[in-house]
Amino acid sequence: MRLIPFLVLVAAPLRQFPGRTAIAVIAIALGVALGLAVQLVNSAAADEFGQAARRLSGAADLVVRGPQAGFDESLFAQIAKMPEVDVASPVVEVEAPIVGGEETLRIAGIDVFRAARLQPALIAEGTDPLDLLRPDTVFVGRSTLSRLGLEAGGRVRLRNGLEDVELRVAGVLAADSPAEYAALMDIAAVQSLFDRSGVITRIDVKLAPGVSRARFVAALSLPAGVTVQTEADRNESLSRMTRAYRVNLNVLALVALFTGALLVSSTQALSIARRRSQLALQRVIGFTRRQIGLQVVGEGMLLGVAGAVLGVVAGVLLARVVVSLVGADLGAGFFAGVRPEVRVDAMAVVLFAGMGMAAAVLGSLGPAWEAASEAPALALKSGDDARAFRPLRSPWPSVSVLIAGAGASTLPPVDGLPLFGYVSIAMLLLGTILLLPHLVPRLLARIPVPRSVTAALGLSRLRAYPVQAAVSLSAIVAAVSLMVAMAIMVTSFRTSLDQWLQGILPADLYVRAGDGGDTAYLSGDKQSAIAALDGVERVEFLRWQKVFVDRSAAQITLLARDEVDRDAEARLPIVGDVDRRASALPSVWVSESAAAIHGWRPGDTLALPLRGESREFLIRGLWRDYARQSGAVLIDRRHYIAATGDRLANDAGLWLTEPSRLADVRTALDALATGGLTMMTAGDVRELSLTIFDRTFVVTYALEGVAILIGLMGLSSAIGAEVLARRREFGMLRHLGVTRREIGVVLGAEGAGVAAVGLAVGAVLGFAMSLILIHVVNRQSFHWGMDLHVPWLGLAAFFAVMLIAATITAVASGRKAMGGDVVQSVREDW
Amino acid sequence: MLTLSRVRKHFAGTRPRVVLDEVSLDLAPGEFVAVIGESGVGKSTLLNLIAGLDHPDAGSIVFDGVDLASLDDDRLTLLRREKIGFVFQAFHVLPYLDLAANVGLPLQLLGEDAGAISARVRGILEAVGLGDRLASLPRELSGGELQRVAIARALVHRPKLLLADEPTGNLDPETAADVLALLHRSVAESGAGCLLVTHSMQAANGADRILRLTPGGIVAG
Repeated sequence: MRLIPFLVLVAAPLRQFPGRTAIAVIAIALGVALGLAVQLVNSAAADEFGQAARRLSGAADLVVRGPQAGFDESLFAQIAKMPEVDVASPVVEVEAPIVGGEETLRIAGIDVFRAARLQPALIAEGTDPLDLLRPDTVFVGRSTLSRLGLEAGGRVRLRNGLEDVELRVAGVLAADSPAEYAALMDIAAVQSLFDRSGVITRIDVKLAPGVSRARFVAALSLPAGVTVQTEADRNESLSRMTRAYRVNLNVLALVALFTGALLVSSTQALSIARRRSQLALQRVIGFTRRQIGLQVVGEGMLLGVAGAVLGVVAGVLLARVVVSLVGADLGAGFFAGVRPEVRVDAMAVVLFAGMGMAAAVLGSLGPAWEAASEAPALALKSGDDARAFRPLRSPWPSVSVLIAGAGASTLPPVDGLPLFGYVSIAMLLLGTILLLPHLVPRLLARIPVPRSVTAALGLSRLRAYPVQAAVSLSAIVAAVSLMVAMAIMVTSFRTSLDQWLQGILPADLYVRAGDGGDTAYLSGDKQSAIAALDGVERVEFLRWQKVFVDRSAAQITLLARDEVDRDAEARLPIVGDVDRRASALPSVWVSESAAAIHGWRPGDTLALPLRGESREFLIRGLWRDYARQSGAVLIDRRHYIAATGDRLANDAGLWLTEPSRLADVRTALDALATGGLTMMTAGDVRELSLTIFDRTFVVTYALEGVAILIGLMGLSSAIGAEVLARRREFGMLRHLGVTRREIGVVLGAEGAGVAAVGLAVGAVLGFAMSLILIHVVNRQSFHWGMDLHVPWLGLAAFFAVMLIAATITAVASGRKAMGGDVVQSVREDW
Repeated sequence: MLTLSRVRKHFAGTRPRVVLDEVSLDLAPGEFVAVIGESGVGKSTLLNLIAGLDHPDAGSIVFDGVDLASLDDDRLTLLRREKIGFVFQAFHVLPYLDLAANVGLPLQLLGEDAGAISARVRGILEAVGLGDRLASLPRELSGGELQRVAIARALVHRPKLLLADEPTGNLDPETAADVLALLHRSVAESGAGCLLVTHSMQAANGADRILRLTPGGIVAG
């Protein structure tokens, strides 16, 4: 058949019912839009980081990196003299809190002459390059300038220790300067102003011609905690940090697309059932089975193309709106401070548009097979359309898919991603939907017969056509199971986090030097002054910094707190066994995440880099830590001071003599540090943490809402199609004396019956999926465990709302059944 | 029992047309009247107006002492439920209910108790010759059997008026004759008045009166 007549034939049924066609198109479009938007936002943010880092390093081949606190600058002299090195450029990086605000300014201190050999265009034209050598001047990136409300020529006050440092904003960085480092200064000025004398944090290295990376690394002798990376390594490390979160969001978007495919499938299945005799007539006049099948697949393809086009446009718009409203991190906090521009990525567009079209075509394959395999003589016979919905003959293929899905959940992660966890969820969903034709009759039989005659009539019809009901509710099952699974997972996570916060924050008041950044600290004198304050019974101080313990992994957080050796087992949320053997080695307690990433177990010896030297500790046990995804280790501060001589502290926990002294102590602390301390009670920290947690899941909730909307749209579409197919039935009932309202009751009962079955199946499936999310996906993605908490009340309310919504949807979708023209339809020939 | 006085009905649209013009007729209790006419002359429209499923543009319809114009849609529906039975050309038996449930549906709608419904349904299905098929589904029946079910359903609640719209239109001549005989017998036993519309003179034969519906009005056949 020629293309144009074929397209006309394919488009005709879609044009005939524009409402239902629109619902299927919107369902596909939503899936495409969500997936594309998540992808665009994430890649934009990640690109911004990657480009920024590349711009600073410029032509550098390698970067030598150390802990956050830095390493001895003598290493730079050694490296610079190596024959393998063409150019070496030292950098000291600090992140300083801005006085009077909640923002921080990231500053890179550079040797301008050496840095220029790697990256010539660092500052904007028209500014005085000598300002990059002055001790009190800073160059700020354009976007940072506007974010912080600063202007060239103005001044900015930053916090160092508990003192203020005032700098002049000498100019703006060049347009292609590193945006990651929001500001550049002379290296000596940074070292002097921010107490980093003799310390640098990185060395950018350009190798001499012909020197390989391996040869350079072999010739190096690095202190403990210092490592060599390429920019690719660093980007990979950054990418890995956010990858699990990105993949999770993408999977949620894919579920929306999958639900859309189910909706296309049910729409097409019902459409085929309604057009059985028309398609049979086509067979009679000479259409082959293949042509009939292609016609139905062609309809799906048209739906897919329309959905993909709409979805791509909506996805780009959504990505731009999300970045401007929620930020590039989608609320998760990974990319704080970055405002990248969303660029249309052709590959992503092609990928997600293709997936949308594929979903629509796949959704049409089953109905196409049904239509093509129909015996024309049987289909031409009027009446019973139930034959159009044939279930799989045996439930065993579906059960096999379910068993395979359960098995997949026991497999390990692939390259740090819980791919088999997702496969398991997909198989459970697919197996359940394939099993629906077998499950639905059994579940419908359990619904008690209503006393209302018309409601009972609705239930009778559902029971008579369970396969048709199964087709109608597949989208609902998918949406509800996703919602239940996510609700249980999020509640489990939130409750576990809440309990963790209550246990881990025993002090009355927590104090932090500055608000963010790494330049503020509490000196020894200030620590003594705080401990001596009237109303303070006891104080614990905490020093933290980020260190490399493994060259191939991201930095972990080293926490050094007072009294750890005395009370760790009682104070920490311990997970698993504790090694209590006597040992000459000092103790270290590692977080679940750190243990999972590095493969540590209680009883192992762990070498920690402290002031350039490797010190051995004995891992006593694992503790739950929801605050640091890359992992954390906790040691007693005595050992830290002994190894490093660093007596500074970042945080303090204060126990008061009387709770009523809180206000007095706050006032005294303010006076002590001239407002340089951030103070929070345990309750404040808990509230802030839970607020951040909820914000992180905003996008998740939005995706769930979309899936539910698609599920309800599927029900609406199915019932709308059924009402059209059953016009004579409703017309006959009107003749028999059934009122319009009672017709509504019939439809409402059918909607409620379908929803009740969908909710029951969705709830069981969702619970199973939640166990996989909690024990497989979360553990393999983020390396932390949580206890199971089911939000019974919330789920009950959700089920009630869904039942009501489904009933209303059914009645509203079937309003044509209550109109006057159904009366006329009893006269139409079958 | 049923009086139509100068009933007029037209349909709007791109080609407006008058379907019924000044139609008047009377039907007495127990009387069997056949209305014949060509396709499109308004036979089914006449039945819809009498059943309160549509409204006349002019004239009045009084059934069982009540002017239909005085009733709203719900009251008209209840009137049909209690006092009118229908037999259609295409049977319109619900495919998902067995014969007993199909026939018992009007009694269910009237709120009869289960025991009474069961007895009444069994009795009337036996009367139409399907007493041994109570649990059968419609797809297991032939066309003639389905129309018997429809007649049983139309009379099970003892209506005052039976409206039959081409009840033999989908049947072969032999089966049609059987069904008509059953219809006449059942109506006579129930005491209901019956208005049968058809384009077939053969189907109209045997009625107490035959009326012919024409574009100009209704006249004795």
